[in-house]
Amino acid sequence: MSFDWKWEFTWAILPRLLAATLNTLMAAGIGYAIALVVGLALALGQRSGSRALTLALREFIEFVRSTPLVLQIFFIFYVGPQFGITLSPWVSGMLAIGLHYSAYLSEVYRAGIEAVPRGQWEACRALNMSTRDTYRRIVIPQALPASIPGMGNYLVGIFKDTPMLSVIGVAELMQAANSIGSETYRFLEPYTMVGVIFLAISLPVAGLVHLLEARVRRKLGM
Amino acid sequence: MDMSAYPLELPENDRPMVRFMNVTKSYGSLTVLDRLNLDVRRGEMVSVIGPSGSGKTTVLRMLMTLETISDGVIYVDGKPLTHMERGGVLVPADERHLRRMRASIGMCFQHFNLFPHMTALRNCMEGPVQVLGLSEREARTRSEELLAMVGMIDKKDQHPSRLSGGQQQRVAIARALAMRPRIMLFDEVTSALDPEVIGEVTNVIRKLVAEHDLTMLMVTHQMGFARDISDRICFFYKGQIEEQGPPEAFFTSPQRERTQQFLRAVKDAD
Ligand SMILES: Nc1ncnc2c1ncn2[C@@H]1O[C@H](COP(=O)(O)OP(=O)(O)O)[C@@H](O)[C@H]1O
Ligand SMILES: [Mg+2]
Repeated sequence: MSFDWKWEFTWAILPRLLAATLNTLMAAGIGYAIALVVGLALALGQRSGSRALTLALREFIEFVRSTPLVLQIFFIFYVGPQFGITLSPWVSGMLAIGLHYSAYLSEVYRAGIEAVPRGQWEACRALNMSTRDTYRRIVIPQALPASIPGMGNYLVGIFKDTPMLSVIGVAELMQAANSIGSETYRFLEPYTMVGVIFLAISLPVAGLVHLLEARVRRKLGM
Repeated sequence: MDMSAYPLELPENDRPMVRFMNVTKSYGSLTVLDRLNLDVRRGEMVSVIGPSGSGKTTVLRMLMTLETISDGVIYVDGKPLTHMERGGVLVPADERHLRRMRASIGMCFQHFNLFPHMTALRNCMEGPVQVLGLSEREARTRSEELLAMVGMIDKKDQHPSRLSGGQQQRVAIARALAMRPRIMLFDEVTSALDPEVIGEVTNVIRKLVAEHDLTMLMVTHQMGFARDISDRICFFYKGQIEEQGPPEAFFTSPQRERTQQFLRAVKDAD
């Protein structure tokens, strides 16, 4: 097989790929937002003091981390309806990827929170601060700088995992490349361009995360 | 445990600022405080001394409600701190009760525990704003006054990492005082300091003794300082008070064998 790259074809499919990239970014963004919030709830829930809740949350996190994402996507999309929960591909996909990454993010938060010295908690108690204010004003701000690299890794991770959503027909970048391939029988250009687009987004994001970490540390005077 | 032996409230004519009543604290099979009884009068300065591991820190931590109680009751200003009344009996305090009672107690720690992401001023303002609900302006005025009192006003905009140990401890004292406690606890506040800055901190505490009507409990290894400023010395040994008394009598003629041994040992170490 010969290597024949067609520029004309590449330019022709680029608009369609870029349009799908917007969907990919949206999927990653919404999924990440879900993961950030649910992940924090998972991390704080484990510290609530309730043994039963802690155990249940740990089981959930273990389950999510030791089964493939694609299975979780299928499960929500295909098995959900049997329990009366019918969701569109988009909603299923966002939910699956958001919950999946929430398990990983909760571990990032947990490590960050545990790295805050015990003396800080005791100082808060001695000042009679509420648990809420202790987290909000003292613990989370100190846990944040250490958590940013992990949070950044998973932002890039969630972005790279969005192609999995193509298995249930979410019209993201991978799905667009697949359709182009099956319509034109040309795979080289669409898949190469998918790679280039992913690279062009991932690399700067990783760099920005780095800058952000340095900035947050400076801002907190640490 | 049988709570009926403990009054729901101490009678008007017998209300020390703090009363430890048969207070026991154990970790598993290790008994750290053993049926401790201790009264601290309003405005009294009590120094707690004793060998390492004798339970000195634990006494302060229990009063600050950083530890739960295994047995007994602590009363603050006549009201139970570690317990609350439910249907005519004392039951272990819930968080709401603790928050109400804790308002009158402040504590300074050996390692300062300042908030590293906040300036000295913000460290002091944080409690008044978040807990007492003061406006930013009121809290700033109050905090600046206290920072001036501890000699730290010109460093108010520095973060703790830019301050020496002695400076951090002075900020920590100002931070605790900003909550207007009636009882102040000091746990070896000079032990982590370089010798040449210990005076900065002890001078602040001297000032508090002279100018405020605070009730104070201080754990210290500085015998000279304790003798100077205390109304009473309590010598702890194995979770109990082995001997106590006014400083002059305590240091010149200790009665108990263990007290004498301890005082000889610290004198030799100096
Ligand atoms: N969280 C804990 N778990 C187990 N043992 C503890 C704990 N805290 C303190 N202890 C033990 O309690 C004893 C008294 O400690 P502490 O009050 O700190 O003594 P001191 O301040 O007089 O040196 C020590 O033997 C210490 O090891
Ligand atoms: Mg100690």
